[in-house]
Amino acid sequence: MKALVCVKRVIDYNVKIRVKTDKSGVETENVKMSMNPFDEIAVEEAVKLKEKGVIDEIIVLSIGAETSQETIRTGLAMGGDRGVLVKTNGQEIDPLNVGKIIKSIFDKESPDMVILGKQAIDDDCNQTGQILSSLLDCHQATFASKVEVNDDKTINVTREVDGGLETIKISIPCVITTDLRLNEPRYASLPNIMKAKQKKIDIVDINELNIDIKRRVETIEVNEPPERKPGVIVNDVDSLIDKLKNEANVI
Amino acid sequence: MKALVIVEHNNKSIKTSTFSTITAASQICDSVDALIVGNQLQEAVDEIKKADDLKKIYVIDKDGLHNPIAENLSTHILAFLKTKDEYTHVLTPSSTFGKNLSPKIATKLDIQQISDIIKVCDSDTFERPIYAGNAIAKVKSNEKIKILTVRPTCFEPCGLTSNVEVENVNLEGVDLSSVSFVAYDESKSDRPELTSAKVIISGGRGMQNGDNFKLLEGIADKLGAAMGASRAAVDAGFVPNDWQVGQTGKIVAPDLYVAVGISGAIQHIAGIKDSKFIASINKDEEAPIFKFSDYGLVADLFEILPELEKKL
Repeated sequence: MKALVCVKRVIDYNVKIRVKTDKSGVETENVKMSMNPFDEIAVEEAVKLKEKGVIDEIIVLSIGAETSQETIRTGLAMGGDRGVLVKTNGQEIDPLNVGKIIKSIFDKESPDMVILGKQAIDDDCNQTGQILSSLLDCHQATFASKVEVNDDKTINVTREVDGGLETIKISIPCVITTDLRLNEPRYASLPNIMKAKQKKIDIVDINELNIDIKRRVETIEVNEPPERKPGVIVNDVDSLIDKLKNEANVI
Repeated sequence: MKALVIVEHNNKSIKTSTFSTITAASQICDSVDALIVGNQLQEAVDEIKKADDLKKIYVIDKDGLHNPIAENLSTHILAFLKTKDEYTHVLTPSSTFGKNLSPKIATKLDIQQISDIIKVCDSDTFERPIYAGNAIAKVKSNEKIKILTVRPTCFEPCGLTSNVEVENVNLEGVDLSSVSFVAYDESKSDRPELTSAKVIISGGRGMQNGDNFKLLEGIADKLGAAMGASRAAVDAGFVPNDWQVGQTGKIVAPDLYVAVGISGAIQHIAGIKDSKFIASINKDEEAPIFKFSDYGLVADLFEILPELEKKL
């Protein structure tokens, strides 16, 4: 089977983000960028399935500016076989259009499964996998915490839902979005990082795909969240309990 | 303008997230209907009927719709929407139920959904958190129908004093998907879920090992609290991954969040900053968590926790 793994380049999860003074968005210049953590889990799962002999080829796809090649390389160093970059000017693209772009690559590559993070930690939309499966009219399994491929190529996916775990059985082709508990992504070894430099990345210009990427949801402004007002340091357990009971009224 | 709320339920009872979503819908439109899709829904319908702010409830009650398979729910909801063209807004709770389902409805209508709204500015402009709530985006939809998911913790549930009109909807010719439902394992914990708990007590690296999390259990029992952990504690193997609170874990908004032995890494703060009150216990008075806490106690947690449990 063939897997398409989608990865997004985002501000590293350890960076404290800054809202631009003109409120147009979040500062991304000179900020450490990394692969979206949920997408790392997606790459890891594909590599695991390849190690089990279930998958024979892993394509790592990213949509973004030239710099997104680095993110693809990270995926290749973890065990991806080749990359595809849909090159843009780095502008933000609505999830619906991201879904349409992934579909156009899907149509070209005909993978059996698409694995991607349940959400990107920048826009937090949690939509792309669901959109893609709807565009493809194929099965979806979101928020996966366990993926088991059966002998008949059906897949049992355990999903993290509010209040518990749900298991469903889906058929290929399918879209799987990953949740935190699915696996722990590996660190690429130095030899694998070196090897990844030799792996091929195809570059597709977004304009060749004839997809209108005009935004349909406009960002009017981006603001800092309301500040939490500074609190107090209490001296002992009694005063803590007193504050929680009588001032905050929360216990 | 008219809104439709998609009801989250387990066929027997209605999830509170639905009542919060009705409140959000009523802030946008004067007229709000609800659609409930499932099987053997009598008890659930009796409950949703009481919701204030609803004009009418539509019910699709059919064999094969017992489990919330997104493919099945979305085809039925879309077939229903085809028979009604008056809805300008379709709202679903931003729970795993809604996140799984709503984008499928939007995509089939070629509409860009807005996820996880926390505030209604006007009928097409909404606020939503980005970067795990470290920034708030004000966004405007230019779509003909606004398809929204609603963060339940940001809207008070509607009142339950009404008796709303109910109409059963018979949809012919809507096929069921071949996705099969295998199992649902409900969390066995007697504690509330992290994402809906009123009180949460979490431990961090300062707990030193998994066994020491027992020190938090007694307190959690007394407070009826859910238990969580920082990423550092999860990465160190003290507790399972699903306890993780933070940007890449669960985003929570309880009335009270108690952080014990948690330094306050950015990614953890991002997941807790919507809490009404934050109390923290840490022996390092320089720990960043204190800057975000309403109440801080600088102390050794191993001395303080037994005392706290006893005095609560």
